[in-house]
Amino acid sequence: MDLSAFRDPVIARGLIEAISKTDTGPVKIMEVCGTHTVSIAKNGLRAVMPERVTLLSGPGCPVCVTANHDIDHAVALAQRPDVILTTFGDMMKVPGSYSSLAREKAEGRDVRIVYSPLDALALAEKEPGREVVFVAVGFETTAPLIASAILRAQDQGLENFSVFCAHKTVPIALEALVNDPEVQIDAFILPGHVSTIIGSEPYRFLAERYGVPGVITGFEPVDVLQGVYMILKQLEEGRAEIEIAYHRGVLPEGNPTAQAIVERVFEPTDADWRGIGVIPGTGLGIREEFARFDAARRLPVTLPEPKEIKGCQCGEVLRGVTLPFECKLFARACTPEHPVGPCMVSSEGSCAAYYRFTDYGRPES
Amino acid sequence: MCLAIPARIASIDDNRMATVDILGVSRVVSLDLVPEAVVDDWVLVHAGFALQVIEEEYAVETLELLKSVPFFEDQEPLIAEEA
Ligand code: SF4
Repeated sequence: MDLSAFRDPVIARGLIEAISKTDTGPVKIMEVCGTHTVSIAKNGLRAVMPERVTLLSGPGCPVCVTANHDIDHAVALAQRPDVILTTFGDMMKVPGSYSSLAREKAEGRDVRIVYSPLDALALAEKEPGREVVFVAVGFETTAPLIASAILRAQDQGLENFSVFCAHKTVPIALEALVNDPEVQIDAFILPGHVSTIIGSEPYRFLAERYGVPGVITGFEPVDVLQGVYMILKQLEEGRAEIEIAYHRGVLPEGNPTAQAIVERVFEPTDADWRGIGVIPGTGLGIREEFARFDAARRLPVTLPEPKEIKGCQCGEVLRGVTLPFECKLFARACTPEHPVGPCMVSSEGSCAAYYRFTDYGRPES
Repeated sequence: MCLAIPARIASIDDNRMATVDILGVSRVVSLDLVPEAVVDDWVLVHAGFALQVIEEEYAVETLELLKSVPFFEDQEPLIAEEA
């Protein structure tokens, strides 16, 4: 086995050894976060797991779980002649029912990639005659940024800035996965930077109510291995707790300032997750007080009837029910150059990660 | 998408915007989420905002790793161009 890709081969080897010595039955561990999916695929971590340990990729790529009708909505906003639509780069190529933002841009709509919601604010200041809309897709890591941008827009008295908010929150969605009869998840590798904001508390119910342990880990290979080790230790000892293996970036209480800003601007709503469906309380709706910054309320559009992408199994992949290479289109009709579904578009999508880093077409281990 | 990387605060303006250095590139980020941050602090930066103040030791270690192996080489650029 080639260990050269590991950041610190000595520590990694020690952890792999420790993992192999744990004493558990068959275990399915889901890594929730897309950045973990990439780290695991790229570093070949599935292949070094003992046979009894299966690592499943979860729904933690925000772009991938965005429902078709939300993408259709963003497309419809881009089609309004008064709108400049701004978005993070990941969203551009994601196909909706009939189009994508990249296609709209190619057809002459004003769609621009920004690095930060603050860039969209600056653009709104520069273009007072246009409606600048920021398409907000993401989890708790990004939500406080959006909230903060809205507060800044209010302070500055900006009249032409709004947000199309398709943000989602993670912990309650994990409950839906735990309750999914099609996939049995024994433990979670929990996302590092989502937890930087929310801390470890919001996951506690998973351990207490469902007996499912979770460990918050960082993104280096050694971090992931340490997370797996801590999970297996919990299972071996019959414990179910939420632990932090990423003390460098996560405090148990998270970032209370960021939480307060999110709470001020947003309220929980229902969110539609691709492949999972509507999960109550996992969306972030803009509060009435800030309604004029809500693109959905401010800029009415007519939406087409949403249509699913034929043959794409992203929904099953996102729940850990199907592995990417089990999809008939994988590496055939669907590749990163010509993606069919969002899981192949996004750099953090499971299909893209498998395609780029593994002997695709068959299990790697 | 939820990746955040360490940067050191070089200066802070009246609007709580900080100039930070990320691997030699200077960027302006908001400190709205980290009211306690002061000049010379290390922060985790994500999409134009500091998310958390972090220990210098960890920040330096992470940056060394980012420099040594371009872990996310064909992903979103770590240091995006100015929009
Ligand atoms: S391989 Fe392509 S078509 Fe199949 S599930 Fe993944 S993204 Fe969808």
